[in-house]
This record gives sequence, C-alpha cells and structure tokens, in this order.
Amino acid sequence: MNWISNYVRPKINSLFSRREVPENLWTKCPECGTMLFHRELAANLNVCTSCDHHMAISPRDRFSALFDGGIFTEVKVPEPVTDPLHFRDQKKYPERLKAAQKATGEKEAMLVAEGEIAKTAIVAVAQDFSFMAGSMGMYVGNAILAAAERAVKMKRPLVLFSAAGGARMQEGILSLMQMPRTTVAVQMLKEANLPYIVVLTHPTTGGVTASYAMLGDVQIAEPNALICFAGPRVIEQTIREKLPEGFQRAEYLLDHGMLDRVTHRKALREELVTILRMLTNQPPAIKGELTAQPAEA
Amino acid sequence: MNYLEFEKPLAEIEGKAEELRAMARGNSGMDVTKEAEALDRKAEVLLKDLYKDLTPWRKCQVARHPDRPHCKDYIDALFTEYTALAGDRNFADDHAVMGGIARFNDQPVVVIGHEKGNDTKSRIERNFGMARPEGYRKAIRLMDMADRFRLPVVTLVDTPGAYPGKGAEERGQAEAIARSTEKCLQIGVPLISVVIGEGGSGGAVAFATANRVAMLEHSVYSVISPEGCASILWKDAEKMREAAEALRLTAQDLQKLGVVDRIIKEPLGGAQRGRKETIEAVGKGIEVMLKELSGKKPEALIKDRRTKFIEMGSKGLAA
Ligand SMILES: [Zn+2]
Repeated sequence: MNWISNYVRPKINSLFSRREVPENLWTKCPECGTMLFHRELAANLNVCTSCDHHMAISPRDRFSALFDGGIFTEVKVPEPVTDPLHFRDQKKYPERLKAAQKATGEKEAMLVAEGEIAKTAIVAVAQDFSFMAGSMGMYVGNAILAAAERAVKMKRPLVLFSAAGGARMQEGILSLMQMPRTTVAVQMLKEANLPYIVVLTHPTTGGVTASYAMLGDVQIAEPNALICFAGPRVIEQTIREKLPEGFQRAEYLLDHGMLDRVTHRKALREELVTILRMLTNQPPAIKGELTAQPAEA
Repeated sequence: MNYLEFEKPLAEIEGKAEELRAMARGNSGMDVTKEAEALDRKAEVLLKDLYKDLTPWRKCQVARHPDRPHCKDYIDALFTEYTALAGDRNFADDHAVMGGIARFNDQPVVVIGHEKGNDTKSRIERNFGMARPEGYRKAIRLMDMADRFRLPVVTLVDTPGAYPGKGAEERGQAEAIARSTEKCLQIGVPLISVVIGEGGSGGAVAFATANRVAMLEHSVYSVISPEGCASILWKDAEKMREAAEALRLTAQDLQKLGVVDRIIKEPLGGAQRGRKETIEAVGKGIEVMLKELSGKKPEALIKDRRTKFIEMGSKGLAA
C-alpha cells in the first residue's frame, strides 16, 4: 500500500458514510495513547505529535519524504527462487508470502530506490517491517546486493534504513547465509570508497544487526529504536532477571559506543545531506534545498 | 556411555550384555559368552537400524551429544605445537572460543573453534560453547595475524549460538559477529571450516564464512534451533521435530543447497561411539581441503569466497 492509497481511502470512505468514523482515520499512539488524525500523523512522518514516539513508516512513505519532491526511481531487484526449502509450518511459506504481499502491496521486505536528496544523488534501501517483520531472506540479500552494485556503478553513496525481526526462518540456512552475502555488498561499497550510512529503525534485531546494519561508515538510529542481536525476552529468560529500563534502545547503544548518533526522524534528511556532502567532498547544500519534503504533495 | 532418548532400546540391550558379563566375572563357573555375544549382535543390528536414516531432530540430538569429540579434542589430536593466544585486547579472554597458532602436518596454521567443555566445571567455564563479543574479537585478531603471516586458517564450529546475555549485548555482540564475518571475507589466506557438532546461527557464521565448509555426517547447521523455530512458527516448542524437518539443517540437505562442500563420515552410532576415528576423518578432511586451496593467490582466495556466497542459494534445493 503506498501513501496515496493510505490517505485517499479514508477520505472517500467518509464521503459515503459520514456518520461512521472509519477505523483507519485515527491512530492511537501506542506510547502515550493520544488519538492522532491520520493526515496529521503522516505529515509528521508517523511520529506522534504529542510524545515524539516514532512509529513504523513504510519504505514508500519514507522515500516520498526523503527524496526531493518525493520523486525516486525503483531499482530492480533480481528475484530469487521462491520457497527454496519447500518450507511449511502451520502454513505453507508461499501462502505466507502471498498474504504479506496482499497486506502491504509490496513484493517483498525491501525496497531499493535512487534519486536526489537536496540535489545529492544517492541510492537508498529500506526494509519493510510490515512485510513478515522485515525478515531477511534471499530477496532482502538480493536487494542489498542490487543496491550496492547500483551505487558502485553510479558512484553514489548508499543509505540503508534497517527494520527487522531477524532472519526469514522459512528460508532456513539460506536466510543465515544472507549475513555473509550482504557483508560482501558492504565490502563493494567500501572498496569503491563510497559512503555507506545505516539508519537503524525500530526494531532492528538478530542477523540483520549482526551483518549489514552494523557495518556502516556512519551509524544513526531513530530515537528509542530497539537494536539488538538477542531480543530482551530471550535474554530475560536466559539470565532470569529483569533488564534495566531502556536496555538495547538507541540511546543505550549510543552510550555504549555502538552508534554515532540518535536522530529524530524529522531531522534525518538534513543530517544525511550534511554528512553525505562532507564525506563526498561536495560544497555545503544550498539552504533552500534542505527544506524537508513532507509526504504530502 | 550416555544414551540419547531414541537410543533407549539400545541402552537396554547393551546394559543386559554388560550385566551378564559382570555376573560372569563374579562367578567363575558361569559361561555367558554365547548369550552376551548374541546380545552384542542384536545391539549392532539395532544400532545400524537406528543410525541408518536419522531424522533431522535425532541428528540434532546426536550433534549435541556430550560424548562427541569437542574442539579441544581435535586440537590436541590433530595439531602439534598448539600455542593458545588469548584475549581480544579490549575487555577479556573468551573461554568459549579456543584459538592460537599450531602446526597441521607440520604446516603452521591459525586454528580457532568453539569449545563446549566436557564436565560441569568446564562447561560453565566455556559457557557451553556460546561465545561473547570477546570471542569473535579474538578470532578477528587471529585472522588478521594469519593474513599478515600468510597462515591458513582452520575453524572448528560447535556452538548452540551467540550468548543471549546482558553483557554480551552491552558490549556489542551484533557488531562483533558482523566484523568477524567481514574479516572472514577479507583475509587473503585459505580459510576452511568444519562443523563438528552444532552450527548455531550467527555465532557459527562468524567463523564459517569460509572457502571450504565441511560438516560431520550427523552435525547440524541452522539459522535457529528447532526448539526456537517451533516456539515462534508453531507457537509450541514441542513441535521441534517438525521444525527440524522444515529447516533443512542436516549436512545432507545443506550439501544439496550448496551451503556445504563436503560431508565427513562418522563411525556407526555417531562420533560419540568412535571418537578416534571421527577425529582422524576430520583430519583427513582438513588435509584435503587445505590441499585444494594451496598455492592460490590471496586475491583468488578472496574472490573465491565472495563469489561462493553471492551465488549461494540461487537455485534452492535444486542446486
Ligand atoms: Zn504519543
């Protein structure tokens, strides 16, 4: 589902049934409980206007807000073999995939795009937590490889937004093998001396954290994002004690030297431009070009 | 002898044979040879039958068998002049990871591996083979050294996975694993890896991103434990048999998927019943794999590893 259908649908609904308030017109902030009007929330990049809680944002919405004028071109990702292990749990894996595709309107858990931010050409790749928890399988690996290859070919920096519950268990060992595979992609960027910026968003866990998401030249996280290898529940079960408040959250990782910065989503675009232009030895961005481009047209 | 759950019928027969022999030893007039030998034959038939076609879940149990040879046993038997090199120069020495320089058939190499320990005391000291960030960082340091002095690297993988502990997370275990995998891909020397027991998730990948990966016949290598997978996907940890099946974590399936290059045969009844033979077979495997890679230029070795992982999985089970 892209941002257009996201916002248009409630409006059309309201025309037909004025008395009924469509359920999806309002979102309750899971942090502070404030009821937020969809339009307002979207204009604020899915950050709660009352408490600054950063909610999930789809790759398409993220890119619309990131690229100049919301314009970007998708980079094609080579399709892997579907269901390489013929995996089934309570459901067959292809059925789960289809359900996720239907729910999100996306092909898989990763979107690759190129375009300009404040006239700085970049390749960007964003993981979609709403697609099977953003889990990493062959497609995600292919997407990162495609993004790195495109960046190298065009001599552009790569900006990656991570969000994942971990590995795509339905791809078994092949999901695990995306750790070395995506690391090869990062190496391609490094050898080409191209900046690789990672923005860790809530949540980034497991093998994703333990590969490409921790190998950036600059590591930025969104506020309060959970970033870990082993999740807090597993740790609590293992050590049989309660973990301290804020454990494995972005600010905690910053304090422990694992991140460069924790940055509010609304300040991210400007920060990325500033960093990228310095790392690529370009003059400062012209002030007018830095104005954030809200998703709203 | 420790018996696994599915070996119970075998335990009964072997126990009876042992009992008979013990009785005869205490009673000089008694001859039980015939009966005991009959039981031995029965046991062997059963053993063959049990191990003929192990299910994935049974393989997991065999792979975790406490009597299997562990990293230290292989190092002691197959390497000479093993000189342990400790510490990550940063925080601590991780006893779950053994590492150092040694000779393999007189050739100096760097050897690194997970050690699970073999009694309560050593298991605790080794943290059951679950490395903390310091273990990966020690490995990175040793791989760097190997690269500088042109020594091949041999890794022995046997871990349930990375340690889900507070300190391990605090000190950046995700980053440590990522860097170790990255280092595996960077070194210009042969890197070969043998999964000798459990290849558990990221903790295994950090050492096994190698030019050649071998697995012992009944070892397993997986993104998650069958129990963990069952509790997430089946919402029932008791469904580990189904999960083990679905995950394709056996050496045989992994070879079909192109993840593993070589399977090293285990004696009848698993490595735990023939420790010496198993260790020798692993030694042969290491020898062959090192030979395959000897004389290759650093750039060729790096390229070989990269291409291998980029292409991995492109054909699924049809590979
Ligand atoms: Zn709020």
